[in-house]
Amino acid sequence: MSTPNGNGNGQPRKLRFATAWLGGCSGCHMSFLDLDELLFDLAEHVDVVFGPLTDVKVFPPDVDITLVEGAVTNEDNVEIARAVRANTRVVVSFGDCAVTGNVTSLRNAMGDPDPMVRRVYVDHPDINGAMPTEIVPALLPQAEPLHELIPVDVYLPGCPPSGERIRNALFRLVESLEAGEGIPDMDWRTPDDLRFG
Amino acid sequence: MSRRPARPSVPVTIDGEEHLAYEGETILDLARRVGVRIPTLCQLDGLSVYGGCRLCVVQTEGDHRLKPACATEVTGDLEVTTSTHEIREHRRRIVELLFAEGNHICAFCVSTGHCELQDLATEHNVDHIHYDYEYPRNTVDASHPKYLLDRDRCVLCTRCVRVCDEFEGAHVWDIANRGSESRIVAGLDIPWGESESCTWCGKCVLVCPTGALSFKGRSTGEMVHDPEVISFLSRARREGEWVGRKEQV
Ligand code: SF4
Ligand code: FES
Repeated sequence: MSTPNGNGNGQPRKLRFATAWLGGCSGCHMSFLDLDELLFDLAEHVDVVFGPLTDVKVFPPDVDITLVEGAVTNEDNVEIARAVRANTRVVVSFGDCAVTGNVTSLRNAMGDPDPMVRRVYVDHPDINGAMPTEIVPALLPQAEPLHELIPVDVYLPGCPPSGERIRNALFRLVESLEAGEGIPDMDWRTPDDLRFG
Repeated sequence: MSRRPARPSVPVTIDGEEHLAYEGETILDLARRVGVRIPTLCQLDGLSVYGGCRLCVVQTEGDHRLKPACATEVTGDLEVTTSTHEIREHRRRIVELLFAEGNHICAFCVSTGHCELQDLATEHNVDHIHYDYEYPRNTVDASHPKYLLDRDRCVLCTRCVRVCDEFEGAHVWDIANRGSESRIVAGLDIPWGESESCTWCGKCVLVCPTGALSFKGRSTGEMVHDPEVISFLSRARREGEWVGRKEQV
């Protein structure tokens, strides 16, 4: 444990753990839930303080680990990614969309997204065709991998990364932070822990 | 391709171990014969040497330049180093650049799980790409009734160009343009399906290292290539022995 301990009852402070969902399909989060019973083990070491699985609206301070799913594809993603970076010790680029842009970045080769959005929202609907202006955040000119916007500490590729791959990386990370050793060396990874796709 | 001399006679050191090489053998051939792995991409046994991808670079004593093992013949008393930190870094960068300059989206590629580029990435511990992606606007040629060319996934290894020319004698494929504009074209840049020289043999599809060439109708991960069939044909021609592939392996 690298941070000052204690919750008052002699228990060491748990790590503060968050997940964020940018431009991805949520498949990585589904895969995270595939940890199944290991989620109980994880819960002994971490408190989940933010993410689609919590009802917290503003990204909290002093987070130890954040898994970020999805590419940076709209203005909202930029805001969340920056908040994550500013408040997290170890940012994990979680899954191929965050790591490579992946499916979310398919639009990039076609240039300006405006004509595509127009095609879907204006040309095609039978009624009320209009460009979305409210609530829906504006698209960026290109969808980019997370590390193009903020520094990333650990990369966890896969579409989605399997539960096993998440377990291998996450538990090592938790162990290492608890031991006060910072970000672990990722050289242990086999091809099974790395492969894109 | 001529038969090789009966005995290897050229002394060559690979990673500190002495070996005897055949005259005219490349560093890559020797390394493979003695069980030293050097990664390759454009090279394919049986096809002419292209030496374009540079994945196979090695260091030779007394020369500061890295040399492609697939295109460098052994000479007496050569000392070769196949894997230093510098060499591995060099190869990793090449792999990353290949990803950055194409649109290689592994997640829904016909060849995911059976792709030489994807394998090279994991072999070199590539967990993200340090370079900015180019996102080139490439075209797909779906005009052939049986096969598909997805230029987004092409690494310009020219295996298809060479096999079509050297084995099938049809020379359907070429590379048009130069530098980052380079791309594979059929004929003088006509739709593949309109090519009169294409014999539908499918050898280009079999040798492609990525999902760029595939059989139509294959879905994600379903396209398994078979480049070894060309190595087999070449060996059979050279040795005059058409032993069945299965018996041979
Ligand atoms: S289509 Fe395939 S075989 Fe041909 S140059 Fe591209 S990657 Fe190589
Ligand atoms: S394998 Fe030697 S240069 Fe491509």
